[in-house]
Amino acid sequence: MQTLFLFLYKYRAFALFLALELLCTWLVIQNNRYQSAAFFNSANYLAASIIEWTNEVESYLFLRENNASLASENAMLRQRVQEMEQRMAIPYNRASVAREVAQQYNYEPARVINNSTNRFKNYLTLNKGRADGVLPGMGVIGNNGVVGKVKSVSDHYSVVTSLLHTNLYVSAIIEGSNAFGSAHWNGGDAQQANLEFIARHHKIEVGDTVVTSSYNAVFPYGIPVGRITEVQLPDNATYYDIKMDLATDFSSLPYVYVIKNKLLNEKDSLEQVSY
Amino acid sequence: MQGTSIIAQVFYFVIYLVLQVVLMQNVVLFDVAFCFLYIGFLLLLPFESGPVRLMFMGLAIGLCVDIFYNSFGIHAAASVFIMYLRPHIVSVLAPRGGYETGMTPKLKVMGLEWFSVYALILIFLHHLVLFFVEAGGFEMFGFTLLKVAASTVFTFVVILIIQYLFYSSKRSL
Repeated sequence: MQTLFLFLYKYRAFALFLALELLCTWLVIQNNRYQSAAFFNSANYLAASIIEWTNEVESYLFLRENNASLASENAMLRQRVQEMEQRMAIPYNRASVAREVAQQYNYEPARVINNSTNRFKNYLTLNKGRADGVLPGMGVIGNNGVVGKVKSVSDHYSVVTSLLHTNLYVSAIIEGSNAFGSAHWNGGDAQQANLEFIARHHKIEVGDTVVTSSYNAVFPYGIPVGRITEVQLPDNATYYDIKMDLATDFSSLPYVYVIKNKLLNEKDSLEQVSY
Repeated sequence: MQGTSIIAQVFYFVIYLVLQVVLMQNVVLFDVAFCFLYIGFLLLLPFESGPVRLMFMGLAIGLCVDIFYNSFGIHAAASVFIMYLRPHIVSVLAPRGGYETGMTPKLKVMGLEWFSVYALILIFLHHLVLFFVEAGGFEMFGFTLLKVAASTVFTFVVILIIQYLFYSSKRSL
């Protein structure tokens, strides 16, 4: 017995090393899950407050650019409202659409207080949390297109898995066709991503626009993901190799919108019953 | 004496952590060179601290950095790893005649040559673990290795500059 204790004492450093590395591995695996607790990341109140404070200092440097981008988005939205109003003036188009369906999506504006683009697993921290109705699993979009998916929330902050995260797949479709696949980032250039699982019988051309599909409950149909820049079809491959330029510029992203889908519960429970 | 050195270590812990998450988190050169300045804190812990204490220090600062980087566990794993190896590397690099009591692994105590070898080995190993765990495999092997090499140089240079600027040359006896 004594020799056992002596042995353990002699190798205590190595034993502790193994124990701590196992602990860390477990933490990494926990953190890689799709949703996680908000305490051990930058949604944590103390961490987020420090980040928000530094972000406030930084954001003064870019007020002019931020203003310009918000103003141009405003102009674009104004034009679309006008178009919509003209279309709705025709009685035929006012046909009864249920209120829940017409207003299925709500958009919660949020400020990005922390963002990175050059790691393999990038996250954003937003200044909206559970108190503002943000929940894990919600989609996040910017002025120009898809940004990511909410991973965890605290009362006043949330952490978003960026589209620039090697584990995130977003269901996407090529606009004007029914070729659907998954948008996925491979860890390299922050302006480029791949479109995977597009079957080889589709006709794909460079310059086609890729938008979110209606097969997921996270994003509404038609949010821009990117524009195709390179198409390859190896002889034996089942799927195309497609590269696209991302619609969102992740390096300048002052504001984003969190999408709340009112019919999410209904869709989920229906699908659970049916499958 | 023991009491003041613990207070000093807590002080350095906080300073390095704040510098890392407020300043260095936003500094990335050419999209590949990151600066993980907080390793400086781990490198400069006194020689007499035992491996158990070193590893717990590594775990503590690693987890704190992880909270801000949303990478819970990765920095901690890399830091514990180099803290386990540190006593071995220190004994391999021992100068002729061994270490005197009260010596610290600081640049001005141990000399540029010794400090560079010591720091570069540990920083490189730390970044190797960090970036390959973050990448989750060897799929982007070349690119990941480039990040490791560039970040090792960047972190080392920043730690060296801080050594020259802020640490006095008198031995902390």
